Amino acid sequence: MSLDVDITHGFGDFTLRVAFEATSGITAIFGRSGAGKTTVINAVAGLLKPDAGRIVVDGTTLFDATTFLPPAARRLGYVFQEARLFPHLSVRDNLEFGARYAPADAVGPEFGDVTELLGLNGLLDRHPAKLSGGEMQRVALGRALLSKPRMLLMDEPLASLDGPRKQDILPYLERLRDGPLGLPILYVSHSVEEVARLADTLVLLKDGAVARAGPTMQVMADPAAVPLLGVRDAGAVIEAEVVAHAADGLTCLKISAGVLHLPGVQAEIGTKVRLRVLAQDVMVSTKHPEGLSAQNILPATIEAIQKGGGPGAAVSLRAGQDLLLARITARAVTELDLKVGKPCFAILKATSVAPISIGR
Amino acid sequence: MSADAAAWEALRLSLWVSVWATLLAVPLALWVAWILARRDFRGKALLSAVVHLPLVLPPIVTGYLLLIAFGRTAPLGRALESIGITLAFHWSGAVLAAVVMGFPLMVRAMRLAIEAVNPKLEEAAATLGAPRWSVFGRVTLPLIAPGILAGAVMGFAKAMGEFGATITFVANIPGQTQTLPSAIWSALQIPGAEERAVGMVLMACAVAMSAVLASEALARRVAARITGA
Repeated sequence: MSLDVDITHGFGDFTLRVAFEATSGITAIFGRSGAGKTTVINAVAGLLKPDAGRIVVDGTTLFDATTFLPPAARRLGYVFQEARLFPHLSVRDNLEFGARYAPADAVGPEFGDVTELLGLNGLLDRHPAKLSGGEMQRVALGRALLSKPRMLLMDEPLASLDGPRKQDILPYLERLRDGPLGLPILYVSHSVEEVARLADTLVLLKDGAVARAGPTMQVMADPAAVPLLGVRDAGAVIEAEVVAHAADGLTCLKISAGVLHLPGVQAEIGTKVRLRVLAQDVMVSTKHPEGLSAQNILPATIEAIQKGGGPGAAVSLRAGQDLLLARITARAVTELDLKVGKPCFAILKATSVAPISIGR
Repeated sequence: MSADAAAWEALRLSLWVSVWATLLAVPLALWVAWILARRDFRGKALLSAVVHLPLVLPPIVTGYLLLIAFGRTAPLGRALESIGITLAFHWSGAVLAAVVMGFPLMVRAMRLAIEAVNPKLEEAAATLGAPRWSVFGRVTLPLIAPGILAGAVMGFAKAMGEFGATITFVANIPGQTQTLPSAIWSALQIPGAEERAVGMVLMACAVAMSAVLASEALARRVAARITGA
C-alpha cells in the first residue's frame, strides 16, 4: 500500500503546498488548526479539488492535471469528526449502506466481523439519535470499513468526544492497526497524545507546508519538532516490553538501553507497549547521580541540541537504540557543557512516564 | 344537506383537477426547488421571482395571462391543440391554472426542506461509493420527504380552492370546467340558492380538513422514521 500526495491549493492569501508519502500502518497528519490538515485529507478523499499536483494510491491516480476521480470512485473510507450517520437509517442500515457499494471482488471485513470488532451487535436496531458520541463514531467507523476501502481516512475522529469516550474508541483503532485487516489509515489530529499513541508515520504541518515527516519515534524525538508539537506536549515515544510486575505495584519494562520501573502498567507480561516520555519530565546529568529519588536512570549520548528563542533548549538523547527528548534550560546546556556526542545520563521520574498503548 | 347532482359533479371535477395538478406539479416543483436551493447561476433571482409571481399577482391577472398564452388563438395554444391538447375552456386548463397558482407554495416548502439537508451527509454517502443518483434516492430524498409531502398538500389544497385564475382561463361550464369554488360562486349569484352554496361550502371544508389531517398523520410517520423515535 502506498499513498503519494503532492498538492498545491490556494484560498485567498493562504497557499497550501504539501508533499508526503504514506505506507502501511497509521500515518498521522498533525498540525494546529489552520495548518491545512483537513484540506489535505479532503483532497485525498476527493471532496476538494486542489489547484495542482497529484494524488496516487497504489498506482491508481486519483488526481493530477488531467484526472479527477469523484469521491465515489476512490474507494477510500472516510470517518469524519462528526460521525455523519444517516439520521433516517438504523445502525444496521447505516452499516449496510457502507457495504452496498463495495465492489463484489473487493477484499475486506464482512458485516459480522465489523460488528464484532467494534462492539456494535447490541446497537443494530437503534437509530443514530439514540446513540452516544462514542457509539456514533464506532458506527461511522464500521460503515467506512464495510465499504471495503483501500485505505481509511480519519479527520479528528475523537475530537468531538470527551476523555472517557476517547478511551472507548482508541483500543478499536489500535485493533484496526494491529489486527488482520492491516488497513492503512491516514489520520488527521491536533492531539499529540493520539498521534503518539497511534501513528507509525508522522507528518507535521505548519502554515500549509510539511515541517517534519518521518517515523513517529524519530519525529517525536527531534528537538526541532518541539515548537511544532508544543513545549508541554513534546516528548519521545519508545517501545518497551513488559518483563515483570512487582508486589509494590511497579512494573519492570525492558527497553533497548536497560530497564524502567513504572507504576500503573496493566499489560500482561511479554506484551509490547509504547511509552510516551514527555520532554519536560526528563533530566540530564553528566555524572551518574547518587542519592536521587528518581529510579529510572539510563546511560545515553547526546544526539542533537536545539536552542529556542527563549530560555529553553531541547536535547535529544540516544539511549540504546531509542531516542529520548529532554527539555532543559539553555543555561544548563552551557554550564554542563553539553555537546553532541557527549555521554550523559537521562533521568526519568517513574510517575512521569505514561504507557500509552498496548500492542505492536 | 341539499347537495344536488351538480354540486357532486363540481366536487368530483375539483378533486380530479387537484389530483392531476398535484401529480404534475410535484416533480417540477422539486426540480425548481432543487435548483434554487443548490445551484448558483445568473438569473436565479429572476427564476425565483417568476415562480413566486402567482402568489402576489391578482389571480384574475394570472388567469388572463394564461388565456393570452394558451388560448385557442394564441400560438402556444394552437401548437398544443395540434397535438391534441386543449387547455382553454377545458378541465385540463383548470389543471394548468391550479399548477401555476400552487407552484410557489410547493417550491417554497420543498426548497426549505432541501436547504435543511446537511450536504455533509451527501458527501459521506459519496465517500462510501454511492453514485450521485443513489445519494439522492437513499439520503436526500428520504430526508426531504416531509417537505415534499407538505408542499404537495399545500398544492392540493390550493388547487381545491383555486377560483380567480381558473374562472378567467376556463370559465364556469357546469360538468366541464365548473369546479367547487366556481359552483359556490354561481350558487351565491342566484337569489335563494344559499342552501345549495352551504352544502358545497361544507364539502370544501370537509376536503380541506381531511387533506390537512392526512398530511399531519403522514408527516408524523415520516418524521418518526427519520429520527427513529
